[in-house]
Amino acid sequence: MRQGPSAWLLLVPAGAWLLGMLVLPLVVVVVFSFGERGAAGGYVPAFTFANYLNLGARWAAFRNTLTLAPLGTLACLIIAYPLAYFLALRAPARWRTLLLILVIVPFWTSILIRTYAWIFLLGGQGIPALLEALGLGAPRLINTPFAVLVGIVYGYLPLMVFPIYVSLERLDRRLLEASADLGSPPWRAFLQVTLPLSLPGVATGCMLVFILLMGEFLIPAMLGGGKVFFVGNALVDLFLQSRNWPFGAAVAAALVLVMLVTVTLYMRLVRRWAGGRDDVSLM
Amino acid sequence: MDEDRTTRAAAPIAEFREAGKRYGSVVAAEALSLAIARGEFLSFLGPSGCGKTTALRMLAGFEAPTSGQVLLDGRVVNDVPAYRRPVNMVFQHYALFPHLTVADNIAYGLRQRRPRPPAAEIARAVDAALELVRLPGFGRRRIWEMSGGQQQRVALARAIVNRPKLLLLDEPLAALDRKLRRDMQIELQGLQRQLGITFVLVTHDQEEALSMSDRICILRAGRIVQVGGPRDLYDRPANRYVADFIGKSNFFEGRVAATDGDRATLTLAGGRSLDGRMPVPLQPGAAATASLRPEQIVLTRGPAAAGGVPVRVANRIFLGEHTEYLVESAGLGGFLVLVPRQAEADAGALEPGDLATAHWPPGAALILKAD
Ligand SMILES: Nc1ncnc2c1ncn2[C@@H]1O[C@H](COP(=O)(O)OP(=O)(O)OP(=O)(O)O)[C@@H](O)[C@H]1O
Ligand SMILES: [Mg+2]
Repeated sequence: MRQGPSAWLLLVPAGAWLLGMLVLPLVVVVVFSFGERGAAGGYVPAFTFANYLNLGARWAAFRNTLTLAPLGTLACLIIAYPLAYFLALRAPARWRTLLLILVIVPFWTSILIRTYAWIFLLGGQGIPALLEALGLGAPRLINTPFAVLVGIVYGYLPLMVFPIYVSLERLDRRLLEASADLGSPPWRAFLQVTLPLSLPGVATGCMLVFILLMGEFLIPAMLGGGKVFFVGNALVDLFLQSRNWPFGAAVAAALVLVMLVTVTLYMRLVRRWAGGRDDVSLM
Repeated sequence: MDEDRTTRAAAPIAEFREAGKRYGSVVAAEALSLAIARGEFLSFLGPSGCGKTTALRMLAGFEAPTSGQVLLDGRVVNDVPAYRRPVNMVFQHYALFPHLTVADNIAYGLRQRRPRPPAAEIARAVDAALELVRLPGFGRRRIWEMSGGQQQRVALARAIVNRPKLLLLDEPLAALDRKLRRDMQIELQGLQRQLGITFVLVTHDQEEALSMSDRICILRAGRIVQVGGPRDLYDRPANRYVADFIGKSNFFEGRVAATDGDRATLTLAGGRSLDGRMPVPLQPGAAATASLRPEQIVLTRGPAAAGGVPVRVANRIFLGEHTEYLVESAGLGGFLVLVPRQAEADAGALEPGDLATAHWPPGAALILKAD
């Protein structure tokens, strides 16, 4: 189908937005990353690779992000899939809407307040105290990678549940009957029909959660207690506290690069596995 | 031991015994009793919502009867799940797996077997099945790259490759155009003879049922009305419902005036009387319907000849091999007459307004229970 010039006009608002909000800031970041820190902080124009050579100083932040973001995505997936499956295929139809609303209810309160609640729950007065009362020992939970993981799962679960729910909800139930008719017990029908057909939802959910997690800083800041910090926390520190903008810009540029590489690899993987299926989008 | 085997062999491949299915207050099937013989081609025929799919789903194992029993191969299978039944189904909307190729769709059933057959054997069976449905070389295609008729054949191949004891087909041809449907009907019939598998077909197309089946089971509101061969049902319908469903017919309402063996005289509402054959005995005084097939009536030009009914031609519709006349008679009202092309050519076509006489052989009219 040939598209007239009017079709391209539709792209103008999005294009303008992309240019102003994504491309320009990115250019600024890249330019800054080659600059030098002023005496009182901020940015002084220069051309040096010193900021990039110094990236090793923030290695821990990258390491934490690159382990906890995939781990958090995986944890979300493991919890979200059965939940979405139940909602889409097992829950009685008249309860379905209500249950779905329950999944998003937490979003009605600020993530800040909800994460504060977890500080209490995981802190000395919370779950550890309860475990101790039960004689199960008093493990240290708050300010550990585990606490950050809990916060991630709690905060990002709905983002994983919804795409999976949608793909399961769309599943043609007659395919399950066909599978049974051809001799598949229910669990094999799940592995051979339900699961493959819900993978587009899984791929979308993982992509969504993973990308957002790479930029996360609130949850590690509150539940990691300065011990488990992400690249996001490093950026907050560099731009707002130590005011080393050029180094911050270099860290940000490195993060963008890492993200680009991982997302490209991920898409490759999804595409190879999908093997020409056209019902699988790139996400 | 031997005797057991012979009785098993003689036993019907599938049987309904007073089987019923309710959904809450909805009765989808009630007290179905029917034995399906080995190797036969049986059709369930009836209007929408009469319980055809329900009957089929009870055989496939997707629905358990809420009363009575369903038997396969002499065993009660009420509680046997679908995946343990030696039965395969061709679904109305094919239900092909969109994430698998044509070959993988067809291989699906074989791959569920335990122990799993060797890959080479599966590949051979798949190729043979593709050959059988005339789609050789289409194995690597994706489902959405196939036309509707091709998908239908893939669905068929996916079922028959398993060589089920019983093949269930739920309106498998409903989505096809007339020409393709006709071709597929012939292919299906050929396949059934070739494979010797018992076929149970659901359809609401009477022509399809008549042309393909050994026996037809006519359903109405969840109950079996009549079971019989196509000719039986056509020539000896149990009641007006069956006569109406199988072929086209003219109906004249009245009361039984007198009976004599399998013959009866009907007094019509207008006072005229009509003689006919009575396939099912009726008592004098009972409300009844005379059924007269349009093709059994002969029209001759000109006013009343002895023994005929004087009519006036009201309308004429050209149908190709036949011409359908709507004629009016003082005593019988309007009715249809089907005149073959050749007969019309010999005698010359009648025009609307022409006077004519309608005759039919004695015994052509059937006196049936009114409903
Ligand atoms: N799951 C169900 N819940 C409630 N009622 C049902 C259900 N399935 C079928 N019915 C009802 O049972 C009756 C028989 O349905 P069935 O699907 O067997 O009809 P059918 O003869 O196959 O009709 P069609 O030609 O339209 O496919 C219908 O009145 C239908 O509404
Ligand atoms: Mg049906």
